[in-house]
Amino acid sequence: MINPINQAESSFGKVLYERLFKNKEGLIAFAILAFVILIIFPTVLSPFRLNLTGKYLCYAFAAVGLVMCWGNAGILCLGQGLFFGAGGYCMAMFLKLEASDPESTAIQSTPGIPDFMDWNQVTELPWFWNPFKSLPLTIALIITLPALLAYILSVFYFKGRVSGVVFAILTQSMVACLWYFIVGNQGYFGGINGITDLKTLKGWDIRTEDAHYLLYYLCCFLLLFCILLSRYILSTRLGRVLIAQRDKEMRVRFSGYNITSFRIFIFCFAAVVSSIGGAMFTLQVGFMSPNLIGIVPSIDMVIFTAVGGRESLLGAVYGALAVNAAKTAFSEAYAAQWLFFYGATFIVIVLYLPKGLAGIYHDHIKKWIGKSMSSSKNNDGETPALVTEEKNAE
Amino acid sequence: MGDYTFDEIYAIVVMQSFSGVSLMCIYILMGLGLYIIFGQMGVINMAHAEFLVLGSYTMCLFSKFVTENMPAFENYYVIFAIPLSFGVAFGVGYLVEWFLISRLYHRPLDTLLATWGLSLIMQQCFRSFIGAREMSADLPEWLLGSWAASDIIDIPISGLVLLLLTVFLIVGLALFKTKTRMGLRMQATTQNREMTGALGINTKMTDRITFGIACGISGIAGAFFTTMASTSPSAGTNYIVDSFLVLVVGGLGSLVGLFVSGGFLALLSSILEFFMTGSIAKVWLYLVIFVVLMKFTRGLFSDKVRS
Amino acid sequence: MPSNTDYLLAIEDLTVSFDGFKAVDELTLYVDKGELRVIIGPNGAGKTTVLDLISGKTRASSGSIRYNNVELTSMREHEIVRAGIGRKFQTPSIYEKLSVYENLEISYPWGRTVFGSLKFTRTKQVIDRIQDVAQQIFLSDMLETQAELLSHGQKQWLEIGMLLVQNPELIMLDEPVAGMTAKEREATAALLEKIAKERSIIIIEHDMDFVAKIADQVTVLHLGKILKQGSMDEVRDDPVVQEVYLGH
Ligand SMILES: Nc1ncnc2c1ncn2[C@@H]1O[C@H](COP(=O)(O)OP(=O)(O)O)[C@@H](O)[C@H]1O
Ligand SMILES: [Mg+2]
Repeated sequence: MINPINQAESSFGKVLYERLFKNKEGLIAFAILAFVILIIFPTVLSPFRLNLTGKYLCYAFAAVGLVMCWGNAGILCLGQGLFFGAGGYCMAMFLKLEASDPESTAIQSTPGIPDFMDWNQVTELPWFWNPFKSLPLTIALIITLPALLAYILSVFYFKGRVSGVVFAILTQSMVACLWYFIVGNQGYFGGINGITDLKTLKGWDIRTEDAHYLLYYLCCFLLLFCILLSRYILSTRLGRVLIAQRDKEMRVRFSGYNITSFRIFIFCFAAVVSSIGGAMFTLQVGFMSPNLIGIVPSIDMVIFTAVGGRESLLGAVYGALAVNAAKTAFSEAYAAQWLFFYGATFIVIVLYLPKGLAGIYHDHIKKWIGKSMSSSKNNDGETPALVTEEKNAE
Repeated sequence: MGDYTFDEIYAIVVMQSFSGVSLMCIYILMGLGLYIIFGQMGVINMAHAEFLVLGSYTMCLFSKFVTENMPAFENYYVIFAIPLSFGVAFGVGYLVEWFLISRLYHRPLDTLLATWGLSLIMQQCFRSFIGAREMSADLPEWLLGSWAASDIIDIPISGLVLLLLTVFLIVGLALFKTKTRMGLRMQATTQNREMTGALGINTKMTDRITFGIACGISGIAGAFFTTMASTSPSAGTNYIVDSFLVLVVGGLGSLVGLFVSGGFLALLSSILEFFMTGSIAKVWLYLVIFVVLMKFTRGLFSDKVRS
Repeated sequence: MPSNTDYLLAIEDLTVSFDGFKAVDELTLYVDKGELRVIIGPNGAGKTTVLDLISGKTRASSGSIRYNNVELTSMREHEIVRAGIGRKFQTPSIYEKLSVYENLEISYPWGRTVFGSLKFTRTKQVIDRIQDVAQQIFLSDMLETQAELLSHGQKQWLEIGMLLVQNPELIMLDEPVAGMTAKEREATAALLEKIAKERSIIIIEHDMDFVAKIADQVTVLHLGKILKQGSMDEVRDDPVVQEVYLGH
C-alpha cells in the first residue's frame, strides 16, 4: 500500500507512476507484457500467426473490460459480445461502404450499396448507414454507441437493484437479442453471413502483410493504453469504491455513495473497451458476423478473463492468448476432445483456480522468484521473463 | 397486421395461443426446475437445457427401440417414456449434484460458469455417444391429430395432452412437497439449512434428490419437446435463455409468477411468430421482456420487501 | 402533513409488515438533539428493523420518519446518509481486502460521485482527519494493516471510525460492543461518551451493564411496540419489562 503521507507531498510524475504501476513490480510486469507483444511476437511469429495473435488480442480488450466490471466491480456480463459486436459492426459498416463504391458494384441492380443489400432487394442505402460514410463519425460511434447501449441497458436495472445472476442472465439475453436482430435483418446487416469482403480503409488495402503488421501494432498500443487507463481508474477512489461495493454493498450505500451510478459507469467503460477490440477485430480479420459475437463467444470472453484471473488486467491478456492458442491448436484436429477439455476448463477454474493464472503467479511463482532472488541478487530483468513464458505455456 | 380483419386476428390469436400451449408447458417445467434449484441451493444451472435434451433423447431412443422390437406396443409407449425420461434425467442430475454442484453452493456467479462448462461437456457427450444428427420420436397417431373447435380454429391434441400432464405434474409435486417426508425435508432445507442440518436431517442427500428431481422435471419437458421439434445435441441452447427469462419475469421467487410469465411469454412468442419471421419475433419478444423488466425490475410477482 | 418539531428525529406511527407480520407496529419515538438514546429489547423485537427503516434499507409500510423536519421515508439510502445520518451494522461490516486507512478514507464525505471519486486526492486535510479518527478508535498504529487481520473488537471500532470520518449529526449503532472483551467494552464506553458530546446517538444494545453506563434514556421495544421508556433505573424496576426481557 502507498504511504498516504508521502503521497500527499510527492510530485505529479511520481503520483502518476504510482497510480499506473503501483510499484516496481507492476512496472516490470507491464513492461514484460509490452515486450512480449510488441517485440517477441512480431519477430518470432510468421505473418499469418501474427495476424492470428492480433485477433486474439482483440478478445483481450473484451477480457480487460470484464476484469473491470466483473472482477473488480462484481457485475458479471455474459453479453460482452454485444459491445464487441457494436464496435465490430460499426467498423465493418464503414469498410463495407468503402468497398461498395459504384464502380466496383456496377453489376448490381442498384450500384453503390453493399452487395448483400442488393441480393435482398434493398434498393436504397438505409438512413442508419449514412454515418458510416465518414471515418471520424465511425470512430466516434465506436466509442459512443456501446456506451449509449450499455447505459440504456443497465440504468433501469441497476436503479432497480438488479444484480448478480439476474443481471448476468439479462446480459446474455441481450446478446441473444442482438444475434437474432442481425440474423433477422439480412438486407440491412448482412444476416447470418455477416459483413464480408472488406478491402480498404481510406484507400489503404488492409489485406496486405504490411497492413497486418501495422494493424497489429495499432491493436497492441490500444490494448496497452486501455490497460493503463483501467489501472488508473482502479487506483483512484473510484476503484476502491468499486471493490468495496462488490464485497459490501450495503456498507458502501451507508457511506453515502449512490452505487447505481458507479455500476453504470464501469459497465459503460467495459463496453467501450470491448467495442474498441471489436473494431480492431474487423480491421484485422476482414469481416464481422453474428456468430463472432453471440452467446457462445460472449461466454468465451468471460472464460478468458477467468483463466487469466478475474481481477488481473494483465492476466486477461494472457488468458485470452492462452485459451485462444489452445483452441486453435486443438479444436480442429481433436474437436471432440477439445470440447470436453474446454468444458472441464470452466469447471476446474471455478473449483480450483478462482484466481486463474494471476493466482498461480501470486501464490507460487512469485514466492519462488522471491526465494531465488534473495539467494542470488544479480538481475531482475530476466527472471520475470521466465514467468511470462510459463504463463503462456499454460 | 393491417391486412387482417378483426375476426381473423381473433382466430389467429386463439389458435396461436393453443399452439403456444406446448411451449408454455415446456417453459413452465424448465422454469420450475430452475426455480427449485435456485431456491434451495442458490445455484443457477446453465446446463438445465441439456437435461431437457437428455429427456428428449430418452424418448427418441425408446421410441426407436419400441418400433423396432415391439411394434404392438407402439401406441402406448409414450406413457412409459415419460417416467423413463424423468428417471434418466434424475439419475444424471443426482450424480452431477454429487460431484459438481455440491461444491458450489451459494456462489451463484461461479455456478453460471461451471454449469456452462458442464453443458459443453454434456453436448459433446450427446454428439459422441448418440450422434450429431437430428433425431425425432415416432409419435402415435392419436397424439398428432387436432380438434376443430370452430370453422377457423384448430387445436392440436398434443398441446392439450401436455397441458393436462403438466397440471398433473405440478399438483403431484405440490403434494410431494407438503405430504411426504422427503418433501418436508426439502422445504426445511430451503428455509434454514443450518437448522435442518442440526436436527439430524441429511441435507446433502436432500440436496442431491432435489437437484435430481429438478433435472428430472426438465427431462419430462424434454419428452414433451419431441412433440414440437426434432432433437439435436445443441437443441437445448435455444431454450435455456428463454427459461431463465420466464423465471426472472415471474419474479424469481414466486410460483404463481412462474406460471403467469410462462404462459405470457409462450403466448406472446407464438403470436409474434405468426406475424413475422422467427428471428424478428424473438427480437421483439426479448425487447418486450427487457422493457417489462425495466419497469418491474423484480419481476411481475415479487414480494415488495427489500432484502 | 405533520407539524414541525424541535426534535432531531421524529418517528410517528411507523409500521412495517413482512408478509403480514408486523415487525414494527405503530411505533412513535422522538430523539432530541444531543441525546444518547439506547433501545433494548429481546431478540426479534424489531430493533434492527427500526434502524433499517430510518436508514432507508427497508421501506416503511406506513408512518413517517422526519429528521430535522425532512421526511426520510421516501429517500434513498445515500441521500439519507448525506442528510447526516450514519449507521453501523449489527455484524461488523468493513472492507476486508482494504487497509484500515483505506477503509476510513472511503467514508470521507467528499468525492462521493463517480467523477468526484475519480478526482479525489489525498490532501493533507484528508490525511489529518483520518489520523485523528484513527487515534480516537485506538487504531492509529494499524493504519496500514489489512482490515481482515483485525480482531473482532477492532473491527467494531473501525466501523465506528468509518462513521466518525463521515461526521454525521446522528449516529446509529447496532450492538456495538458485541464480541468485545471487558476491556474493549470499557474503552468503547469512553469512546461513545466522547462522541456523544458533539452529536446524537441511537444505540441498540443487549449488555445491561454497558447500557447502565452510558444511557440517558432507554426505550424498551417488544414485538415491534414500545413497552416502556425512561431512565435505566425506571426501566429496570418495571415488572412488565422484567417479565419480557430481564427475566429471560
Ligand atoms: N427483511 C425481512 N423480511 C422478513 N422478516 C424480517 C425482515 N427483517 C426482519 N424481519 C423479522 O422482523 C423481526 C424483527 O427482527 P429484528 O429487527 O432483526 O430484531 P432484533 O430486535 O433482534 O434486532 C424478526 O422476527 C425478523 O424475522
Ligand atoms: Mg438485531
